[in-house]
Amino acid sequence: MTINIDKPGQGAGPVLDIDRLKVTFATDAGDVYAVKDVSLQVNPGEVVAIVGESGSGKTVTAKTILGLLPETAISQGAVLINGNNVISVSEAKLREIRGRDVAMVFQEPSTALNPVFTVGWQIAEGIRAHAGTGGRSKVSAKEAKARAIEALRKVGIPDPETRVNYYPHQFSGGQKQRVVIAAALALNPGLIVADEPTTALDVTVQAEILELLRDLRDNYGTSIVLITHNMGVVADLADRVVVMYQGDVVEEASSRVLFAQPKEDYTKKLLAAVPHLGRNSASEGMVERAHQGGKVLVEAKNLTIEYPGRLGSPAFKAVDGVSFTVSEGEVFGLVGESGSGKTTIGRAIAGLNRTTGGSLNVLGYEMLNFKERTFKPLRKEIGFVFQDPAASFNPQLTIGDCVAEPLIIHSKPTAAEARKRVGELLESVQLPASYADRFPHELSGGQRQRASLARALILNPKLLIADEPTSALDVSVQAVVLELFKEIQQEFGFACLFISHDLAVVDMLSHWVGVLYKGKMVEQGLGNQVMGNPQHDYTKKLIASLPVPDPDEQARRREAFKAVLHS
Amino acid sequence: MTTLTEAPLNDADGLLPSKKKSSGGGLGTYILVRFFLIIPTIFILVTLVFFLMRVIGDPITAAQGGRLPPEALAQRIHEAGYDRPILVQYLEYVGQVATGNFGTTITDRRPVVEMIITFGTATLELAINALIVALLVGIPLGLISAYKRDKAPDAVLRFFAILCYATPVFFAGLLMKLAFSVWLGWLPVAGRASTRTELAMGSLAAPTGIYWLDALRSGNMAAFGDVAAHSVLPALTLGLLTAGVFLRLVRTNVIGTLGKDYVEAGRSRGVSNYRLVTKHAYKPALIPIITVMGLQIALLLGGAVLTESTFEWKGLGYQLVQYLNARDFVAVQGIVVMLAVIVAVTNFIVDVVAALIDPRVRY
Amino acid sequence: MNATKVSGRKQPLFYRLPVISHFRSSVGLQRGMLVTGLVLSVVFLLVAVFAPWIAPYGFAQLSDAAGPFPTQQPPSPAHIWGTTVGGYDVYSRVLWGAQTAAVVIIVAVAMSIFLGVALGLVSGYFGGWLDRVFVVIADAIYAFPSLLLAIVMSIVISHGQSSFWGGIVACSISISVVFVPQYFRVIRAETIRLKAEPYVESAKVVGASSIRIMGRHIFKNATRTLPLIFTLNASEAILTLAGLGFLGFGIEPTSAAEWGYDLNKAIADASSGIWWTGVYPGTAIVLTVLGLTLVGESINDLNDPRLRGRKKAVAGKGGPDSTAGAQAALEAESRVL
Repeated sequence: MTINIDKPGQGAGPVLDIDRLKVTFATDAGDVYAVKDVSLQVNPGEVVAIVGESGSGKTVTAKTILGLLPETAISQGAVLINGNNVISVSEAKLREIRGRDVAMVFQEPSTALNPVFTVGWQIAEGIRAHAGTGGRSKVSAKEAKARAIEALRKVGIPDPETRVNYYPHQFSGGQKQRVVIAAALALNPGLIVADEPTTALDVTVQAEILELLRDLRDNYGTSIVLITHNMGVVADLADRVVVMYQGDVVEEASSRVLFAQPKEDYTKKLLAAVPHLGRNSASEGMVERAHQGGKVLVEAKNLTIEYPGRLGSPAFKAVDGVSFTVSEGEVFGLVGESGSGKTTIGRAIAGLNRTTGGSLNVLGYEMLNFKERTFKPLRKEIGFVFQDPAASFNPQLTIGDCVAEPLIIHSKPTAAEARKRVGELLESVQLPASYADRFPHELSGGQRQRASLARALILNPKLLIADEPTSALDVSVQAVVLELFKEIQQEFGFACLFISHDLAVVDMLSHWVGVLYKGKMVEQGLGNQVMGNPQHDYTKKLIASLPVPDPDEQARRREAFKAVLHS
Repeated sequence: MTTLTEAPLNDADGLLPSKKKSSGGGLGTYILVRFFLIIPTIFILVTLVFFLMRVIGDPITAAQGGRLPPEALAQRIHEAGYDRPILVQYLEYVGQVATGNFGTTITDRRPVVEMIITFGTATLELAINALIVALLVGIPLGLISAYKRDKAPDAVLRFFAILCYATPVFFAGLLMKLAFSVWLGWLPVAGRASTRTELAMGSLAAPTGIYWLDALRSGNMAAFGDVAAHSVLPALTLGLLTAGVFLRLVRTNVIGTLGKDYVEAGRSRGVSNYRLVTKHAYKPALIPIITVMGLQIALLLGGAVLTESTFEWKGLGYQLVQYLNARDFVAVQGIVVMLAVIVAVTNFIVDVVAALIDPRVRY
Repeated sequence: MNATKVSGRKQPLFYRLPVISHFRSSVGLQRGMLVTGLVLSVVFLLVAVFAPWIAPYGFAQLSDAAGPFPTQQPPSPAHIWGTTVGGYDVYSRVLWGAQTAAVVIIVAVAMSIFLGVALGLVSGYFGGWLDRVFVVIADAIYAFPSLLLAIVMSIVISHGQSSFWGGIVACSISISVVFVPQYFRVIRAETIRLKAEPYVESAKVVGASSIRIMGRHIFKNATRTLPLIFTLNASEAILTLAGLGFLGFGIEPTSAAEWGYDLNKAIADASSGIWWTGVYPGTAIVLTVLGLTLVGESINDLNDPRLRGRKKAVAGKGGPDSTAGAQAALEAESRVL
């Protein structure tokens, strides 16, 4: 990877110059300072990443660059783009700047495209909005369309002449994001603000989009402001990194320097919290599958789960002939991208989904003949941790009530007994026992996820199903929760099905790993073997796509994996 | 007086998934499935109305009881078959309805279908006029309200919308009569047309029954002017009620879509606010708007009954009240079932139109 | 993070608490709407309760010590809003009409809430063929002009005309037949949505019974929108009642005062320029419906559950409307996977 802080052949001045930016949101209860003091420059052809966790002000900063903040926001300072201060220019001038000098790529491509207009129309809208202003002549519909086709071709949409007339739902997720980028490129702006451009995408698609963004910079000299929380993405793409924390810039350095020698404590902590594939593996040093002496708790044989199709359309096979076992005390990591069927399997084991074929044996119970009444006694042996900690607690009940619920249902304790047990559990997940009296919304995301773990473990179950338990959390919170999870698993000794899309996270916790792809188990083995020496092509691609938080290593990987990625 | 509650239920995205799912094989399947859904709806309403009306007793006794001697009454009941088991009568009625036969009225002994066609055109005319008013007033004002959200024009328009809804049509009609007919003397007090025009319209060869259309076709401009003058107040009365609901509907849904990422994406490309509201936000909002508008046909018909009574507009609603007062339940049943069919079919058409706008269903 | 303990969550005053909390979180225009609505609604309720004391005459009174009332007399000191063609005192009948309207609303809405909520919960939670049957029936009734349905019902129940309580019950039942499907739809939709919420699923996973899940986890959360539907339906109930009365299927004038009936009689008066018989009862309807609708609309605005939830979770402050933008921006930050 080459780092061009000043790419030759471009104008000398920065394309974006933010000077002492301050953004305040006026609310009834007083002002909320979203951005306190941010200054940064972006040079032509440079990729600058703004990194931070939730509440850091990175998205607000990004929106300020295009003047997209709501009216309740008050901005101070200066945001200069080609000599225009976005904060103080008129609405008309702002419209001219948007799209022509600076454009935006959004996080969620499926919502950033209007479902009822063709993609060509949407791209042309931007082109026509600038026709007739700033010395440009009017653009005919035909010409606008031709330019839309050109933009689509630039971002690698095959057969753009046809696809220009397609509606967004006719594209896949990755293609949609390409279309969004095409719309941003339509007027060749010198600067693109990409707000979490790959967060909503699967890791293999993320790799393609990152490559596209890199090509844009290399071929057209477009500067990019990359807003992200993902240090792997930063290491892969950014030349320079600005770390933000609670509205302030904590540290700014070139990408290499930042990852190699972070100066500030916050940056160090943040980098240490990022899971790094191949480091800290739970199966490190193992050569054969552990825990095989114990009882088999879950056994799937040729398991098939179909969702019925509607009115003549064929049934959708979410899980297709999957076989695996989970033994006592074992952590089984199930990894796959969206639509791989991993969540469906977890839900089927907990009796939330019905199985339709093959065999799924859970604690001696055949799920093919599932009846709530007969399965109920087994439920106390199964704990479940959901992905979204905010939604997994009844907002009307206290944390104590929620955590105690399994206990109350299965063993009918006295109030004092229940309270005591809840207190113990909360303490073992490192929450003060007094939190039992709080309501869910009074806890932070990480605290809620710990309480969720306490609820799952209160009956001392033999089996725990954790469905993406940390993917809704900030990376530093995730690190703490994962560490806690590891400790508790060793202490309680339950078996666990750990479901995640994140290879590095799965590897940190699991002894045995299964890789799912489109409902099929393509590979399973020891964590270190699957990650270190993948056998199946899909696993290889998955691992090759995952960016590691180290620019040099990532650059090497990118070269080495080029062939795999384009297969 | 249905509604005001359904807009929050059918928010912008609420309707789409179900439609998407049921589409399965695309638009054709969707239309087919949606069409077959009409049948249970009509069937349930026919059943409901039939049994409800029979709870009171047989229609002949209801209409003629006390006026005819008991023997004659029994004779007529027997002739009409009302002394048979209720289930037999029900099955017969369902069969008749399925073949388009609604029976004969008891009081004036007319075939119900003929009566419905005669008076239905007047109601249709009123409904069309009102719908034009509602669309012309409701949609643009709703867009303005959404565009100026939480500013003075929005406040005024929202208040106007609630006022339109809060004013019963017969009171609105009364106020308009007082103002424009009695005090200002600009417009006629009641009726569809003056006697002279009624006669002229009646003597036409192949009338559509919709007066302004007939007047135009026969080139009788004096009649057209007369019809137009008579139409203004009823159309405004019924139209403004519906306009209030439309305004609110457009406002809510456009505000919903204005908050979507794709509108911000448009803004980030320099698209003007005007265009963002009228194109980028309006078209996706149209799908739920049209669907809910379809449900307002019930409101419109309910309002038409009251409007017709207020303005002595001799349509189905006016006639329904006459038959109700005469306790002619065969006629009442016929009109009510007919209105149910109209509602069901309109909702079907509206859903198909909404599906046509939505490319996710179309492709 | 808002760390103070929220008190009063047990909500002993189920209906009043939401309105008060809405009032406190409202600002500017919205507060104006809410206050106007509340004032109108409170005045309506006060008049309804105290009508016997405020009204100078009875609703069916045709004469006093000074002899029979004149008919169609314009407003005068003795009859400040004039008299009707039948010789009733308009002012008194308008006041008494509030009482009739209030009683009908309460009876009708109470009946329909009870039935609609129960059916909606069961239907939404269990699904299956019973649910489908309920939905088709509810949709059929829902799509039908409610006024016509109410007329048919009122004929069935009371043959069209009746006494005070008979008429009230008949009207209330007719109106609830129209409303049950609405409550059913709302509660069912909410139940289905909540059924997929992780906290309900987590109760299922730990083995909670269906009754426990419905009672403890779904009921309270699904019925949070009821105050809103209540106010909107109350206004609809008044309009339906007035519509029935206007068409002559309401309550006998000698049994109770009813605004719709009085307006029916006033239509003929209007043609001859007699305005006072129609304008006063009509205005009473408009103001009452306006008040209730304004309260409902304001609650609806302030009630966006998504905003409300986030408000607590993210910033824990501010009214949702003014901070919507700020919330959206902050939300975008926390949405990151």
